[in-house]
Amino acid sequence: MRYLPHTPEDVSAMLERVGLPSVEALFEALPDACRRETPMDLPAPLTEWDLIIRMESLAASMAAGSGNRVFMGAGSYSHYIPALIPQLLGRSEFTTAYTPYQPEVSQGTLQAIFEYQTLTARLLGMEVANASMYDGASALAEGLLMAIRLGKGRKKVALSQAIHPHYREVVQTYFAPTEFEVLTLPVDPATGRTDFSGLEGMDDLAALAVQSPNFFGCIEDLQSAVSLSHGAKALLVAAFTEPLAFGLLPSPGSQGADIVCGEGQSLGIPQSFGGPGLGMFACRMAHVRNMPGRVVGQTKDMNGERGFVLTLSTREQHIRREKATSNICSNQGLCATASAMYMATLGGTGIRKLAALNRDKAAYLKKALEGLGFTPLFTSPVFNEFTLKAAQGFGRIREKLMEKGMVAGLGLEGLYPEMPEMKEAFLFCATETASREDMDALVEAIRGELL
Amino acid sequence: MNGDFATTGLIFKEALLWEKGKKGRTAFSMPAADVPPAKELPEALQGEGPDFPDLSELEVVRHYTRLSQWNYGVDSGMYPLGSCTMKYNPKIHEKLAALPGFASAHPLLPESLSQGALQLMFELQEMLKAVTGLDAASLQPAAGAHGELCGMMLFDAWFRSQGEKRDRILIPDTAHGTNPASAALCGMKPVALASGEDGILHPEAVAALMDDRTAGIMITNPNTLGLFESHFAEIAAIVHAKGGLVYCDGANMNAVMGYVDMKRMGVDVMHFNLHKTFSTPHGGGGPGAGPVCVVEKLAPFLPVPRVVKREGGYALETEAPLSIGRLHAFYGNFGVLLKAWAYIRSLGPELKRVSEMAVLNANYIRASLKDFYDIAQDRVCMHECVFSDKNLKSFGVSTLDVAKRLIDLGFHPPTVYFPLVVAGAMMVEPTETESVEELDRFIEAMKRIRKEAEESPDLLHEAPQRTRVRRLDETAAARTPCLCGGM
Repeated sequence: MRYLPHTPEDVSAMLERVGLPSVEALFEALPDACRRETPMDLPAPLTEWDLIIRMESLAASMAAGSGNRVFMGAGSYSHYIPALIPQLLGRSEFTTAYTPYQPEVSQGTLQAIFEYQTLTARLLGMEVANASMYDGASALAEGLLMAIRLGKGRKKVALSQAIHPHYREVVQTYFAPTEFEVLTLPVDPATGRTDFSGLEGMDDLAALAVQSPNFFGCIEDLQSAVSLSHGAKALLVAAFTEPLAFGLLPSPGSQGADIVCGEGQSLGIPQSFGGPGLGMFACRMAHVRNMPGRVVGQTKDMNGERGFVLTLSTREQHIRREKATSNICSNQGLCATASAMYMATLGGTGIRKLAALNRDKAAYLKKALEGLGFTPLFTSPVFNEFTLKAAQGFGRIREKLMEKGMVAGLGLEGLYPEMPEMKEAFLFCATETASREDMDALVEAIRGELL
Repeated sequence: MNGDFATTGLIFKEALLWEKGKKGRTAFSMPAADVPPAKELPEALQGEGPDFPDLSELEVVRHYTRLSQWNYGVDSGMYPLGSCTMKYNPKIHEKLAALPGFASAHPLLPESLSQGALQLMFELQEMLKAVTGLDAASLQPAAGAHGELCGMMLFDAWFRSQGEKRDRILIPDTAHGTNPASAALCGMKPVALASGEDGILHPEAVAALMDDRTAGIMITNPNTLGLFESHFAEIAAIVHAKGGLVYCDGANMNAVMGYVDMKRMGVDVMHFNLHKTFSTPHGGGGPGAGPVCVVEKLAPFLPVPRVVKREGGYALETEAPLSIGRLHAFYGNFGVLLKAWAYIRSLGPELKRVSEMAVLNANYIRASLKDFYDIAQDRVCMHECVFSDKNLKSFGVSTLDVAKRLIDLGFHPPTVYFPLVVAGAMMVEPTETESVEELDRFIEAMKRIRKEAEESPDLLHEAPQRTRVRRLDETAAARTPCLCGGM
């Protein structure tokens, strides 16, 4: 086996040094009660060449890659990834390093993460960002737990129903074993924004969480959310699934959000069937000692040279043990590095242009679909996703188009069984990867089926 | 030792991103606008956009190339970081993960159009079951600590289903550092359990603490002293007799594949670190993956969705009334799972040989260095061994100094000051992918440092001298934190 360098002579010589007669003797500490009775039932080893053939055949069964047009976002977005990113990210000095516990031989990772934290803080309009969380959903759950820690005994959090359904489920999972309670604020059926009127009846709130643009693509009124939340002495946790929107929209921090967390997959990370992505997490400096996750700080070496280290570790599990702000250890470091590369590649000028292009593409597709008799479900402005009430029988047409490699939006009925208006509602997405030609082809294909 | 193994190469200085570039440059190939501009957003929804630096493509490329050269990875040299299993990461895995059918797959494609990914996940679940002997698996947790959290949630959900709430958990002093924090997130209070003089747990100690308020025990096996918990089965029986559950932190699984049957041993839940045992690269801090395996009675509580095989194909099962719910959006770190699948398929039953050679390598280092460094437990170890600075203190030399001097000699240091049960610990895990010649070089370097500690301790105090930066002021970093640049 090419990964194992030991020759039979090596093994004998090494056993001699160790003073044991056989390899099996190394395992004498294992009592019978702990041992396997049969060998592991695993398939026979594949050569590198057979492995490629096998994997290519599995990949070929996926409706992804060239020839497929997916007009669906919902927390996972198709964006161009510049060739320099996989190339640089694949440098094995980045990929085959561990968490930077020895800073002198990890300055590459450490500076890259410090830069990631800085660009993230600028994107979200916040004072400090951590080195990453697992994904947007767990980042939101940990953001809410952080708000509870800061809430001095307040035991409830309120979530907008327009937050990604998976994210809300993950929050429920994290909160289930605790004594804390998760409340829900409904969606205004006209605007598609969160209906805050129920807030008045909720006391003991540590946090209010709102996603913008929300799951339906609607841009929320974050400023109002902040003032209502602060009025109730609760922190405003701003979630997101599409950070590219902040190229055009005011950042959540500039609107007064206290904790900002979400998914960074859009920033140079492949969709990869939903992971690995990037949990982005930012807060105010005043709250930093309650922030979960790893964080890199700037310092100096003994010669006065600038350098970087993991810092504020007194918040973390290896020192605070059960009193830690989180149990997170390995995070999504390489994905954070990818997103920093992406933000640097776009630049301030580029992100505005690209965000505007996303808005324009979505507006074009929306208008074209409306021309087919689809009607907007909500009145709020949108970024690159929008919800439409479909023409009669569209569900069947959508199935048919899939056979041609076109995925026409995501049906919302199954995700929101509690909302009758979601019957026949579909969430569409168009990013810069959707050419006018592709969008026209989709619209024509639907028109052809509708006739 | 014939000269040094490391030299000072041509290392460039490199500014921070925002200290470079000029407004108006770009490194991005902007797609042409082939649609008319949309109506502007209402004024209140218009922002200014982030203050990112504008750089050219070459500026970005050079920046990250230089940064990468300041890093040490497994591909640079031996990386004996204890409990981290820094083995060789096969290059073919990167190519496979980048296949467009996987890399650009939307997670909400219908099952009929995602069969390849679902089949891969199903097969990985089956293979993890085969390696552990346990009955069911979930691939959703994104890292080891996420797997631990999942395990504690399973404990909590199990007791709720029995109409109980247990709020204590036994955690040995030789467990991984994340264990107490994971339990605390589930509202459980960790109860410290001391290991014996011989570095392993003893049934009497467990029996004295285990009661019907205690949810169970979290054991790292092999433990962080690199020792197999020989009394595991008796301990599990004590815990089970009080209605408790047994968690095994499987981060050190690389030591025992093909030898241990987790189910026979009495484990109810365990997690893997795929980025350790199954060689997915750690990426300087993730992404990893921390799947959990469980016994039959806990299977209904696993996270949803679960990948199942039905007549006609693979499917995502979401109907599970007892499930703890979702732990991650979509299905976890699929791109990492794919690499672990490829690794297991490349080795198959030879995984047993992986464990054997990992243990042989660790014992070779132990036997070669035990007369030079104080060793925590002088007997056959598993995949790692723990030395300490006990006999170096008289020279004014500490574990930290040894670690930093190793860097100058061309090696990544071991894990230091962990486990906490050994003062000044140096935890060495060579892994199976290092050849005996490389181990000999490491051993020679360690012996040389031992000699230098006596004869020229300042060489150690002043190390490292050949890195781009010297020892860093970590106290100042924590006292006046600068976590965000260019402010």
